[in-house]
Amino acid sequence: MGTPPSTEQLVAVPPAPFRVTSRTRETHDTWTLRLKPLNGGGLLTRPGQFTMLYAFGIGEVPISCSGDSHGPLTHTVRAVGPATTAICSADEGTALGVRGPFGNTWPVDAAVGGDVLIVAGGIGLAPLRPVLYEVLRRRDEYGNVVVLYGSRTPRDLLYVSELEEWRARFDLQVDVTVDAAEGDWRGKVGVAAKLIASAHFDPGHTTAFVCGPEIMMHFTARDLLDRGIPAERIAISMERNMRCGVGHCGHCQLGPTLICRDGPVYRYDELELLLAVREL
Amino acid sequence: METIETLLRDVPLFDGLTSEELELVAGCGTNTHFGEGETLFRQGDEANTFYVVRHGSVALELFVPGRGPVMIETIESGDVVGWSWLFPPYRWYFDARALAAVRASVFDGACLRGKCEADPRLGYALMSRFAQVMMERLNSTRIRLLDVYGYATVD
Repeated sequence: MGTPPSTEQLVAVPPAPFRVTSRTRETHDTWTLRLKPLNGGGLLTRPGQFTMLYAFGIGEVPISCSGDSHGPLTHTVRAVGPATTAICSADEGTALGVRGPFGNTWPVDAAVGGDVLIVAGGIGLAPLRPVLYEVLRRRDEYGNVVVLYGSRTPRDLLYVSELEEWRARFDLQVDVTVDAAEGDWRGKVGVAAKLIASAHFDPGHTTAFVCGPEIMMHFTARDLLDRGIPAERIAISMERNMRCGVGHCGHCQLGPTLICRDGPVYRYDELELLLAVREL
Repeated sequence: METIETLLRDVPLFDGLTSEELELVAGCGTNTHFGEGETLFRQGDEANTFYVVRHGSVALELFVPGRGPVMIETIESGDVVGWSWLFPPYRWYFDARALAAVRASVFDGACLRGKCEADPRLGYALMSRFAQVMMERLNSTRIRLLDVYGYATVD
């Protein structure tokens, strides 16, 4: 058993009031918000971290930082319940509560000198976008950089204009697939893992960053292992029922680890066995 | 100029086939191409061919009344299109359309079935390779049935 939290620790993280400075519609149910502290200054975040975002009087939810770590606090939120719907509906000027940032970071520094493979599924692209911003800012420090993105349909793709910009770059391989398509879609249809076969990277010198639904990360990790990337070079980001954000409440416990405190980013070899335990 | 047999050596589907087996398969094949938007085959038509895509992308589609064509899967270079030639009633279940200009090798299914009947070793080699393709497509379809991106835990 760990040491019980002190009262001082518990009151040390009240939500700070932030103002929505912009709201951009990404898809039919997903919005990107930029936020600024009411009291001035900024909030330093790093790729992989999240905040607890509070719609006053409605509810608080953990949301990954999805913007440039050198820019304003940015969150991409999918409306799936009362709190996220309220957050997505927050017009410019609305006040929201923010606690954090919490959590560890993607191994962007550890990947220096090798290839970078980013595999995102659905809204999992949001927590990985800060990684790409950082890698592109330090482009000379990395080898091949590959982004593979799977989505439900073309209308569910996030950051479409940025995806087009990234695809136009000569120093970046971007490949996109969707699960189903109608109409004039000219891209790929199939599972995201299928993109791995045609991605250009040196498995022995690659760090993979994977984020998406847990089952998608499972299949992706299996295919990456088959391609020869060692499990310790595969980083995944977990999301499980986080409530307090500071390791006190235990809602996000996964075996011996608390995801809000020890994660959300893990090496695949740290979680591989735990993810296979259905009771957890 | 590259012969069909030479081209087949680079196709993952035919990995492990002997030179003699490749020669038998190549004897039923020829090269072809399709312009963007051209149809390789249509649902309900007789299925007596299969294609190995060497360049380009092919969409497998199902026409749904009221919705139009729904894209089921795309097939990229190196992959195979079509296995209905293997099983009665030898009819296509889907449409196949070139998403971009496609260069492919096309194989006569009746010719290959005849060779497989005459040479069960070749028949087994081909059937096991197509079974592998079918298994991968089935797994891919099953995963997509989960609608993993659509499902969300309500906050």
